[in-house]
Amino acid sequence: MALSTGMHSSHHIDWIAYLYILPAFVILGIFHIFPVFYAIDISLNTGPINKFKFVGLQNYVRALSSPDFWTALANTFSFALMTIVLAMALGLLFAYLLYQGVRGQSVYRTIYFLPYVLSTVGSSIVWAWIFDPSSGLANLALKIFGIQPLRWLIEPKGVFQLIGKPFNLFVPIWMRGPSLALVAIAIFTIWQTVGYNIVILMAGLTNIPGEIYEAARLDGANSVQLFRLITFPLLSPTLFFVLVISIIGSFQSFNQIYSMNIAAAQTLGGPLGTTYTMTVYMFDQLYTYSNYGYASAIAVLLSVLILILTLINFRFIGSRTEAIE
Amino acid sequence: MTAAFNRERLILIIKRLFVHVILLIGAFFALFPFAWMILTSLKSYIEASAAQSLLPTHWLFSNYLQAWNQVGLFPRYFENTLFMAVTTTLGVLITSSLAGYAFARMRFPGRDVLFIILLSTMMVPFEVTLIPNFILMRDLHWIDHYEALIIPWTASAFSIFLLRQFFKAIPSELYDAAVLDGCTHLQFLWSIVLPLSKPALITSALFSFLGSWNSLMWPLLVTNNPVMRPLQVGITSFITDAGTEVQYLLAAVTISVIPVILIYFFLQRWFIEGVAKVGIRG
Repeated sequence: MALSTGMHSSHHIDWIAYLYILPAFVILGIFHIFPVFYAIDISLNTGPINKFKFVGLQNYVRALSSPDFWTALANTFSFALMTIVLAMALGLLFAYLLYQGVRGQSVYRTIYFLPYVLSTVGSSIVWAWIFDPSSGLANLALKIFGIQPLRWLIEPKGVFQLIGKPFNLFVPIWMRGPSLALVAIAIFTIWQTVGYNIVILMAGLTNIPGEIYEAARLDGANSVQLFRLITFPLLSPTLFFVLVISIIGSFQSFNQIYSMNIAAAQTLGGPLGTTYTMTVYMFDQLYTYSNYGYASAIAVLLSVLILILTLINFRFIGSRTEAIE
Repeated sequence: MTAAFNRERLILIIKRLFVHVILLIGAFFALFPFAWMILTSLKSYIEASAAQSLLPTHWLFSNYLQAWNQVGLFPRYFENTLFMAVTTTLGVLITSSLAGYAFARMRFPGRDVLFIILLSTMMVPFEVTLIPNFILMRDLHWIDHYEALIIPWTASAFSIFLLRQFFKAIPSELYDAAVLDGCTHLQFLWSIVLPLSKPALITSALFSFLGSWNSLMWPLLVTNNPVMRPLQVGITSFITDAGTEVQYLLAAVTISVIPVILIYFFLQRWFIEGVAKVGIRG
């Protein structure tokens, strides 16, 4: 013991360490750190590659004054809201049920996590068939409940508008809600991500010391009280982690939307642009129109947005969960 | 055996039953799309596109042969993806083991600052680096080359972080003993640290492999030549081709997910533990 502390407190410097971190830092530096600054630089330019013309903040002005940008932003927010809230709620429900020590716990967990490891392209093809208007299983299920078939991935109408229709309710434009197509993609995304939330929340639950529960039970707490007074507060750092990861993930969602659009034979962001999110907007500007400067400006704006949301999280929710910890 | 006791038992049994029913519904939703995918991939075209019965009347295993031969350049896509995923994973393991070791075991000026820079790269959304990297690939003439698919992804801040956490937990007495035996850092890393860190290595390998196997946006951008396409891009381009036969498409998708499912089932214990650990320590 004396030997080890003696060796570690010496001021010996391992110069060779730089050689050890070199390969990783060369790769990360070139492809992940430097490009951040380069992206900001590109966003201040316009024109084709090799013929960039400096235009200052013009791309940003153009983005912020474009209706497409605001539509994409609104779609991004509704998509994020749907996927985050439901995937977290379902994740918590299943993690809590599994945590009760049911038989076959690890089998269930393995099954729930499976959708998370499979490719979005593959799963989206399957889900696009489930949502197929003429022969899909989703409509078959609705039929059992006597509900009219829906057009799912090709339906641009808002969900609240669709709900109001049979009752002849007038739904104002601002209340129509996300299109059914976007909701369908959200359902698919929730299916994909719930397993990840379950695994992490279960790990969080197992970290809560069992003695606390025993003590509370001796004091006569019922299961609702146990959940409200012990599980929820002690799990909140984990819930917070899942929230942060989910926000970052859902604002960056692209694969789900792109593959579902393709699998349902829609144009990118279709039908009628109702699944056009920020990432789709950026990709479209880059891939279809080769507007490098403008696409970079959108990417930078998206990153700033994610950064702000993460900081808000840490500021308002993070500080509270730490206090409990 | 009082009546009250029996009633309590009954309530407990009903409660447990209720929990299992909910869990089973969850499992059904998680698994059903796969079952349906595999069943549809074995049907004839007419049956597959009508979706009337659940089971195929004739189990057409030949669909898999057709998919292999007819869905674009499927065998080539498969090879590309396999090569890309394996080399990327090896690259990540090498660069992350070295860097993780340096951050966990060595003292050098600027270590903490460099580590913070490393962690902050995890916060950067992929979209921001996409365009500069695309331009870089063009300038390097790497478009339609394996270099573009592999090299940018051979280092991962996440893996370095994960391995560093694991390496740090290895008792320093082991290191001191190794030094007394005249072991170099590299020998110590190779013969003691790495064998002790299997769960962390498996977790980071799996994440890299999956990330690479399932990647879409990047390969879409940097490959134009069909010969260079990986599976995910190949399959999406096949959907857009006219006259797609769904049973072949789903057979192709099934083949494309089989390696992932196999790996997941064999290594899922470590994988789930890894996800949980990283999640908690995040």
